[in-house]
Amino acid sequence: MQHIHLEYDVDGNNFVSAGQATENVKFCLKGLGINPQMIRRIAIAMYEGEINMVIHANGGKAIADIYMDKIVVQLVDTGEGIADINQAMQPGFSTATEDVRSLGFGAGMGLPNMRKYTDEFEIESTVGVGTHITMTVKF
Amino acid sequence: MENTNLKKLHTVTLDASKCIGCGSCVKRCPTEAIRVRNGKASIIYDKCVACGECVRICKSLAKIPSYDKLEIINNYKYKIALIPPSFYGQFNNVANINYILTALKKIGFDFVFEVGIGAELVSQVTQKLVAAGRLKKPIISTACPAVLELINERFENLKPNLLPLLPPVDISAKLARERAITHHGVAESDIGVFFVSPCPAKVYSLKANKMVNSHYVDGVLSVAEVYMALMPIISKLHESKNLSEMGVLGLQWASSGGEAAGVMCEKYLAADGIENVIDILERLENGSMTDVEFVELNACISGCVGGVLNVENPFVAKARIRQLRKKFPAVGNTLAEIDKPLEYYLVERQLQTDGQSFDSDRQIAFEKLMEIQRIYQTLPQLDCGICGAPSCRAFCEDIVMGRIPADTPCPMVKGQKQ
Ligand SMILES: Nc1ncnc2c1ncn2[C@@H]1O[C@H](COP(=O)(O)OP(=O)(O)OP(=O)(O)O)[C@@H](O)[C@H]1O
Ligand SMILES: [Mg+2]
Repeated sequence: MQHIHLEYDVDGNNFVSAGQATENVKFCLKGLGINPQMIRRIAIAMYEGEINMVIHANGGKAIADIYMDKIVVQLVDTGEGIADINQAMQPGFSTATEDVRSLGFGAGMGLPNMRKYTDEFEIESTVGVGTHITMTVKF
Repeated sequence: MENTNLKKLHTVTLDASKCIGCGSCVKRCPTEAIRVRNGKASIIYDKCVACGECVRICKSLAKIPSYDKLEIINNYKYKIALIPPSFYGQFNNVANINYILTALKKIGFDFVFEVGIGAELVSQVTQKLVAAGRLKKPIISTACPAVLELINERFENLKPNLLPLLPPVDISAKLARERAITHHGVAESDIGVFFVSPCPAKVYSLKANKMVNSHYVDGVLSVAEVYMALMPIISKLHESKNLSEMGVLGLQWASSGGEAAGVMCEKYLAADGIENVIDILERLENGSMTDVEFVELNACISGCVGGVLNVENPFVAKARIRQLRKKFPAVGNTLAEIDKPLEYYLVERQLQTDGQSFDSDRQIAFEKLMEIQRIYQTLPQLDCGICGAPSCRAFCEDIVMGRIPADTPCPMVKGQKQ
């Protein structure tokens, strides 16, 4: 199906640049005239995903495929992976270090919010290999 | 429909004879609203938020902010000047700010009203609303009209977070007009209310408001022009009348952080400089910064003292405002004294805008976006600005939106057609 494919590298050492992929996607969605509430849900989910890759996986790739009726966002990294996905999905669970917490991250709400704000949410992760998240929001 | 009309209010215009087409403004414009076409800068008014950055950067002085000439006050019998707190930071060595207010009366104003009074009241109403806990958090201040315009245009998501209060200048205009009628016995039809504006954004918003909402202000003057008229008079003044009525709370609105400090909530954030403001708005839209309750945003560095229609350097003006603090009463005007219902302070109607969509038809917008992406892939993606657009993305957008011919080549990819 006809769609717009966007791919961004998310730098693992740069907190400040995290969010750039999200900004570009927002620009596209605003250009399409997508309902602001919908854009907000996507922005929250995608931004959390970007930040997770920076903090927990030393960076990765953010991929967005925009269709007429939906957006599919993938966050792919080759970081350390998640041993217990169920545990990681629990609101409040976090392995963030004190350093990161002092920056205001590490409430353990990222993954739960990503699931909450998207229509479809899939997560695959293998320790030592990496994590692959696929999220869909239907317009 | 309404907004296209409003956008024709062109707050900044070009003096083509002075423009050398250097492209500095193109690169500086935070909303990518300027292009160089045929060697001259041209503004896409639909994208302009009237921040004044292009006026600031233009070394040829080709960007002309529009405002009303001081003479227009003579069209009214009874002339009221609204003076923003930042105005006090423009003067060096003025022993007593009442000299400034007295001099304003000497240049033709019948009544001078400090916008800091409106600001004090806005601060107090905000405190009440915050305490009542009914506002959506984080609450975003609406005092800076360039920020308000930016949110209207680009961050529709954040509209529910806007403080639902009129900005201090509008409240001051209402109060001043009423006071002229009740205290000074002036006929309503004789009154002209003039704001002495530090920035083109305020010029835009007050004129736009005049078209959509109630009539608050009759004209918007520039700080620089009024300053020039005052200087010869102030230097000769030997006495002044006690005209100042505002307190410290109002004064501190002159610089960034002053409004937020007046809200009396601990978890506030104040950002200034339009690029920083945009960064914060993106973050707010992404749902981060959940621990902030009040957000004050000013398009100009240092806040209103940094407005491009001012005469003094923003940091110098800010330092002066700080030194002036001790000369103002700690307690200024209170809500109880003014005795108005909450509705008096509430916005009637936010200006509506189209947002940023490429087309109102989703299918067409989608095709345009596809085309933008396709052309983008053929470009060097350097954002060099040589074509006259600020970025490769803006260049693609211009083609797709029909602002330039579809076969316009990228100067960096010679001989190649998109
Ligand atoms: N891409 C990833 N690679 C490896 N581990 C991850 C990844 N994303 C999440 N995790 C693990 O899952 C835990 C929970 O993630 P979640 O995003 O919910 O919380 P957080 O990032 O710790 O805090 P918050 O997102 O609230 O700032 C993390 O602490 C981390 O251990
Ligand atoms: Mg997280």
